[in-house]
Amino acid sequence: MSRTAPAGPRGAALGTAGLVAFAALWEAVTRTGLVDGRFLPPFSRTVAALGRELGDGTFWSALGDTLTGWALGLAIATAAGIAAGFVIALVPYLRRATASTIEFLRPIPSVALIPLVVLVYGTEIASVLVLVVYASFWQVLVQVLYGAQDVDPVAEETARAYGLGPWARLRHVLWPTALPYLMTGVRLAAAVALILAITAELVIGAPGLGNLIAVAQDSQAVPEMYALILVTGLLGVVVNVGARAVERRALAWHQSVRGEVPV
Amino acid sequence: MLEIRHLRKVYEGTGRSVEAIRDIDFTLAQGELVCLVGPSGCGKTTLLKCVAGLLRPSAGSVLLDGSPVTGPRPGLAIVFQEYGRSLYPWLRVGDNVELPLRHRKGLSRTERRTRAAEALATVGLAEAGRAYPWELSGGMQQRVAIARALAYRPEVLLMDEPFAAVDAQTRADLEDLVRRLWTERGMTVLFVTHDIDEAVYLGERVLVLSRSPTVVLEQIEVGLPVRRDQLTTRADPEFTRLRTRVLERIRGTVPDAAARDQ
Ligand SMILES: Nc1ncnc2c1ncn2[C@@H]1O[C@H](COP(=O)(O)OP(=O)(O)OP(=O)(O)O)[C@@H](O)[C@H]1O
Ligand SMILES: [Mg+2]
Repeated sequence: MSRTAPAGPRGAALGTAGLVAFAALWEAVTRTGLVDGRFLPPFSRTVAALGRELGDGTFWSALGDTLTGWALGLAIATAAGIAAGFVIALVPYLRRATASTIEFLRPIPSVALIPLVVLVYGTEIASVLVLVVYASFWQVLVQVLYGAQDVDPVAEETARAYGLGPWARLRHVLWPTALPYLMTGVRLAAAVALILAITAELVIGAPGLGNLIAVAQDSQAVPEMYALILVTGLLGVVVNVGARAVERRALAWHQSVRGEVPV
Repeated sequence: MLEIRHLRKVYEGTGRSVEAIRDIDFTLAQGELVCLVGPSGCGKTTLLKCVAGLLRPSAGSVLLDGSPVTGPRPGLAIVFQEYGRSLYPWLRVGDNVELPLRHRKGLSRTERRTRAAEALATVGLAEAGRAYPWELSGGMQQRVAIARALAYRPEVLLMDEPFAAVDAQTRADLEDLVRRLWTERGMTVLFVTHDIDEAVYLGERVLVLSRSPTVVLEQIEVGLPVRRDQLTTRADPEFTRLRTRVLERIRGTVPDAAARDQ
């Protein structure tokens, strides 16, 4: 089965061209003195610094810490979001009771909780986890709730008419219906989780890339700092591309992804 | 076999209630094929949902083999009006047909597979098992929905305007399919339609429903031969007579039975 991918080879070529142009512009503004080299080193020097980082064990262990906090937090948030979402969706009473609470808690920016988690957990990785989980949980939960409301009454009645019990209906009707929404939620959560992991490390000083950026800044290692920032940007791209790929595979049947099938 | 006893259904909305069905009362004998005709919105779908145990009647009852229907029953299958939405887009055609069987005890995986494949072959879709429903045409999807009902091996088959959305030729083919399945399998079939010709062509008996609030206007025995054919049956004078009779009854040009008696 072949399907027309939204980002084909053309899209990839365009994306690469954009990045090259960006790098060229960066190099140009710093070389011509438009921007002070002390605050923004040229692209080439940043890349050279990146090369040195890649040869350094500290960098790799920091990257490992960041990814651990990100993945663990995302996993916990996803599991909790799915469980809470289905329970709330299945119990009409809970749905009404939680609606306003969710609307109140959801917009609180996770970074506002930094003082609180530092008080409770100090600069441990646990602080990072709490912030990551809090931020990504809502993304997942809200999408699961939307998804659960999208169950087609005819699909539900068909299942009941053919003798499927509550569990079977959860598995065969509710879950597949909510899955596209859940995937969107996880993709959004993955991006938010990365932002939060790095912010938390940067501000709190928990081990990770964010912390390395803060250290580089304090020691005036400007090219190194930019090199690390580049890495976080690349991570973001990888996370998004990865999430979309998973989505496409899991939802081959779904309208938003499926293309025409040559018969 | 299937008794509908003074069924009444009122939908209670917030501040508004709709009396979809006032009083419907009829019986289906074992192995009978009965067509139900009535205007759009007269409560045909509502009636079938009550019979299938998906909706609770406001008054009256439905008896299957003498026992009241209070929820979905294994001996009863339904083909929904919105067949497109009733098939699951995330399952392949074969899995759609098989799904209801997965929750039946005492059926092995291979038995389920065979049953599903058989049912698909019966409706002429032996090759489509690996496709997704949305890769099929409307008429094919409708046949998948029928195959799903057949694989369930019901004693009673309910069909809700199953052919309303397909072209005339496909429709004729599907009508013949229903007749064939009915003669071969001896199921009891309750077939809902708003098409008078279809009702007369398919049914052994036609029940004519009134506009909402709905009652049964008349029951008409169809004296056509068991073997029916799209060309000869529809040209039969008896066919023309019956369809005129049903049409008059729906249009209201035939005086009410009660009024005639006076
Ligand atoms: N869930 C519901 N809540 C409230 N009213 C309903 C509901 N379902 C149906 N009705 C009303 O009940 C009446 C009968 O609807 P129903 O769907 O049974 O008609 P129908 O005979 O199947 O029509 P059609 O031929 O168009 O399918 C209509 O007036 C409709 O508005
Ligand atoms: Mg209807």
